[in-house]
Amino acid sequence: MSIATQSALETSVPQQEPVRARRRLSRPALVGLYLAGVALGAALSAVTGFAVTSTVVYGVVLATLVVYVATRAVEGRRKAADRLVTCLVTTAFGIAMIPLVSLVYTVLEKGLARFDGAFFSNSMFRVVGEGGGAYHAILGTLVITALATLISVPIGLMTAIYLVEYGSGRLKRAITFFVDVMTGIPSIVAGLFAFALFTLLFGNDVRMGVMGAVALSVLMIPVVVRSCEEVLKLVPNELREASYALGVPKWRTVVKVVLPTAVAGLGTGVTLAVARVVGETAPLLITVGLITSTNLNPFGGRMATLPVFAYYQLTQPGTATQAFLDRAWTAALVLIILVMALNVVARLISRFFAPKTGH
Amino acid sequence: MAKRIEVSDLNVYYGNFLAVAGVTVSIEPRSITALIGPSGCGKSTFLRSLNRMHEVLPGARVEGKVVMDGQDLYGPDIDPVNVRRQIGMVFQRPNPFPTMSIYDNVIAGNRLNNHRMRKAEADELVEKSLRGANLWNEVKDRLGRPGSGLSGGQQQRLCIARAIAVEPDVLLMDEPCSALDPISTLAIEDLMTELKERFTIVIVTHNMQQAARVSETTGFFNLNGVGQPGRLIEVNPTEKIFSNPDEKATEDYISGRFG
Repeated sequence: MSIATQSALETSVPQQEPVRARRRLSRPALVGLYLAGVALGAALSAVTGFAVTSTVVYGVVLATLVVYVATRAVEGRRKAADRLVTCLVTTAFGIAMIPLVSLVYTVLEKGLARFDGAFFSNSMFRVVGEGGGAYHAILGTLVITALATLISVPIGLMTAIYLVEYGSGRLKRAITFFVDVMTGIPSIVAGLFAFALFTLLFGNDVRMGVMGAVALSVLMIPVVVRSCEEVLKLVPNELREASYALGVPKWRTVVKVVLPTAVAGLGTGVTLAVARVVGETAPLLITVGLITSTNLNPFGGRMATLPVFAYYQLTQPGTATQAFLDRAWTAALVLIILVMALNVVARLISRFFAPKTGH
Repeated sequence: MAKRIEVSDLNVYYGNFLAVAGVTVSIEPRSITALIGPSGCGKSTFLRSLNRMHEVLPGARVEGKVVMDGQDLYGPDIDPVNVRRQIGMVFQRPNPFPTMSIYDNVIAGNRLNNHRMRKAEADELVEKSLRGANLWNEVKDRLGRPGSGLSGGQQQRLCIARAIAVEPDVLLMDEPCSALDPISTLAIEDLMTELKERFTIVIVTHNMQQAARVSETTGFFNLNGVGQPGRLIEVNPTEKIFSNPDEKATEDYISGRFG
């Protein structure tokens, strides 16, 4: 609208009263009010003997109240409710972040002491005091997890394909139910299952890396089934129909149309399932055990793994206690980095394999 | 190429529910047969029963006969997969395979069935099919791009190219233009008129003008009430249906008195 017509309109139509603007609190004012509330909390805390915890608790509660009351007085009830809920949600988020930040901080602080070349290149062979490393445990974890993935992915993926593409009626419902039950199995029970199975097959005192892999795959299969099932369900039915209409048999449709379309989600699901089991301790503790030297043969004797390594370093320190504790923390740090790397890989997979939209 | 389909006393069931009852019709080769009727009257179900696509749903079955050039499509030794190779289908929503390029989409019918083809042969088939679908000039410079990057109308023509690349005898179209704008619709209607020289075409449409524009024969489906089976009320040359139909119900429907 040009200025001329606008002014013409203004002269012809009597000036309409704008919607009554309420007074508004500016953003700095709100932040100031919140900080004032926190200061009030600190003062209250000082009355009862100053402590950081009580300062934070009193401060957050009082600051929320101050913001609410001030907003209600100035801006009205609706805005006040909005601010109150904003404060509550943000506080809840802050509370949820506390354990994560605290954990990452502690592990970094204590784990960086031994985060050096020796830790990644030495095993614990003939090390009783300082020095040594987790070379054998890192490789052991990788070998056992890879083996567990090798067992779980075909079984889990094929179960998911059955559930989504072929299954119907009672068998499908039964499988879904048992997969749900398996999701809830405590990890120690999975370990005991593998332990009992291999003891029955090979006699007493058998210890093999593959036992741990079987135990881990018991935990991993339901996760793989669940995530793959969800992803396969997302493949539009229209694509299956398009394929059938070209005279393509069902199995070929599944292999060549459904799976390629879903490959990004499948990769993500599998990677997250790996991340879920890579830090399992209990099943490996009773099936694989621990050794100080490097054993990379999953079918011959005990192997070292990172979680079990960390557990023993912590619970059975020798005479040089500090060196053992440092190694335990660094093992925990490496494990966290491993899980984080797997999550990053999952994101990359979903980005690179996602169906392209052209342009 | 272009075969006649004789349907006699066809009942289509989903489980125990009779969806379409007592259809007897002869579908002429090298012509376009349009099926019209209100929603839920079984047009699409009938169309899908012609190439056994409705069997994808559990519990779907038919009684009666569908005969294409002397071959009973529901005979005991007939594989539905083979039926679908002879009777292609185009769907309401364009559905190119998102993981494949335009090129791969066109030869998907061959690739997915593991037919080995030499590069020159494949190139020729792609060009021929895309030309047949009036899409060649628009995409010839970007055959390697994903099919989902095309516009809706282009995607639908890509789907038609994909369907005719396997050289079917019959082409079924289930409301192929209902998701498209008028310009793309016109492009597809022109295409259908060209394709009927080579194929038998059956099209389901909600657009009566479209049926009147493109088809030689029109069938009107209707149902008496909810839960009742759909029936084929009348089949006649399109001109007769739209000027002087035999049945009162057909006249009511096309004149907009109901539906």
